[in-house]
Amino acid sequence: MVAKSKPQKPVVVVDNVNVVYKVFASGRKATRRSAGGGFLSRKLQLREVHAVKGVSFTIYEGESVGIIGSNGSGKSSLMTAIAGLNPIESGAIYASARPMLLGVGAVLLPAISGLKNILLGGLAMGYTRKEINASSDAITKFAGLEEFIDLPMKTYSSGMSARLRFAIAASRDHDILIIDEALAVGDQEFRNRSEARMREMRDRAGTVFLVSHSMKSILDTCTRVIWIEKGELIMDGKPEKVVKAYNKHTGSNTVD
Amino acid sequence: MSLAEYAKQNGLSKVGAREPLWSYVKHAWQRRDFAYVMALYTNQANNSRNRLGRWWMVLSPTLQAAVYGLIFGILLGGSRPDNFIPFLITGVFLFSFLQGAYTAGANSVSNNIGLVRSLSFPRILLPINALIQQVFSLLPQVALLVVTLLVFQQQVTLNWLYLVPIILLMIVFGFGLATISARLTVHIQDLNKLNPFLTRVVFYVSGIFFSIETVLKDYPLAMQIASWNPVYVYISLARGAMVEGYSMTAGMWIAAVAWALGLFVIGTIFFWRAEERYGCEI
Repeated sequence: MVAKSKPQKPVVVVDNVNVVYKVFASGRKATRRSAGGGFLSRKLQLREVHAVKGVSFTIYEGESVGIIGSNGSGKSSLMTAIAGLNPIESGAIYASARPMLLGVGAVLLPAISGLKNILLGGLAMGYTRKEINASSDAITKFAGLEEFIDLPMKTYSSGMSARLRFAIAASRDHDILIIDEALAVGDQEFRNRSEARMREMRDRAGTVFLVSHSMKSILDTCTRVIWIEKGELIMDGKPEKVVKAYNKHTGSNTVD
Repeated sequence: MSLAEYAKQNGLSKVGAREPLWSYVKHAWQRRDFAYVMALYTNQANNSRNRLGRWWMVLSPTLQAAVYGLIFGILLGGSRPDNFIPFLITGVFLFSFLQGAYTAGANSVSNNIGLVRSLSFPRILLPINALIQQVFSLLPQVALLVVTLLVFQQQVTLNWLYLVPIILLMIVFGFGLATISARLTVHIQDLNKLNPFLTRVVFYVSGIFFSIETVLKDYPLAMQIASWNPVYVYISLARGAMVEGYSMTAGMWIAAVAWALGLFVIGTIFFWRAEERYGCEI
């Protein structure tokens, strides 16, 4: 698959990656290496969910890569694996810098103020206190929460907290950025602002992965599209070509 | 040329590979502020839920001590150890810290699985965060302990200063407990059900409300074994420093330092060895 003999510099190499989740049929957690785990694991039925099956591709510097596929096709599993958050069963992923998944929601606490959450979220993403203090005004302003930033986050509407989450996550630039479409939230005004910010980050980041169900935003922003279905790579190429094939596929499915 | 060679040739490094131990520890140390702030804010968030807020940090240990004092004070009747109330409170408060470190550590990774799956940071910060929260709740208890001892003994000795190194050693030991229980619980969820019984057993064998020395007077071998129980070691040291009629021995100090350093090293390595596997479970 190295076939694309372009002269550019590769930044992410995904080499025959498999992601497998092991779940006890009862829904209980299973350890990855449960074969050695003794009699308990053998008695309970172990189900394997093969989320990503032998995917390989090489991404070059400056590319904006759209990732498309239906729900549950393995897009997110692949992206978390690229970000190094999800262990892979076999294969390997190489990158020139640590790919950063844009998302900070899990660390924020509803009971404390927006301002404190900015500090907490920033620290979670690896910035120093100094850096965060310097940018917290800008984050507040970007989220449009100047009057509410001292209130506990639980008093925010869902749109407001989504805006704060995005503003924190998008406050810095990264070399390799993974954006999940779910981040484009809030009212129309904020959506425009966040899309502009994403474009800005894309321009500054060497490489961007965009996971989206919106073919419009994929066509608008990506220079290359990868289509994944049932964990397998179906197509990888020019956006127009791949999106056209994907539309045909989804269209024919609904007719069926 | 294989993809792996191609990646290597272009200077790409493997994603998600576990760092070597030393750089892992260094990396975790650089990010310590995250664990601290998260613990601080979680604590504030928990306190903000109740009307009495942070007063509960003093109120609940007081109530706990009162209940134990009432029950064991009456139950044990004449066979109470000397200077019973200071003896009991020292035991109960310090035990609750070690128990908390173990239990909160056990939940630290599995309760934050969403965090593990969305951000990359040395995962050891999660049990550290749990430990810091326990330290936050220990401090008001120590203040309460000092006040109670003042009321009952009506004098302060220089020996009280030993409480500082004792607590520091306990925190180091608690770090080991938290990291070990964190990894164990990730592998075996069922431990969560067993932990309450485990901590109860330790509570009963560590002489929190009775004197092990008196009970095991006629069994020197059992006493030898019991005196290596780390929980017993730390609590006996603290009693030796604080409570009238009890004393510290060199053997206790050696055991306390050995346990703290030993478990610190073992816990760090044990937790680090599974670093890339946290979060893989659904």
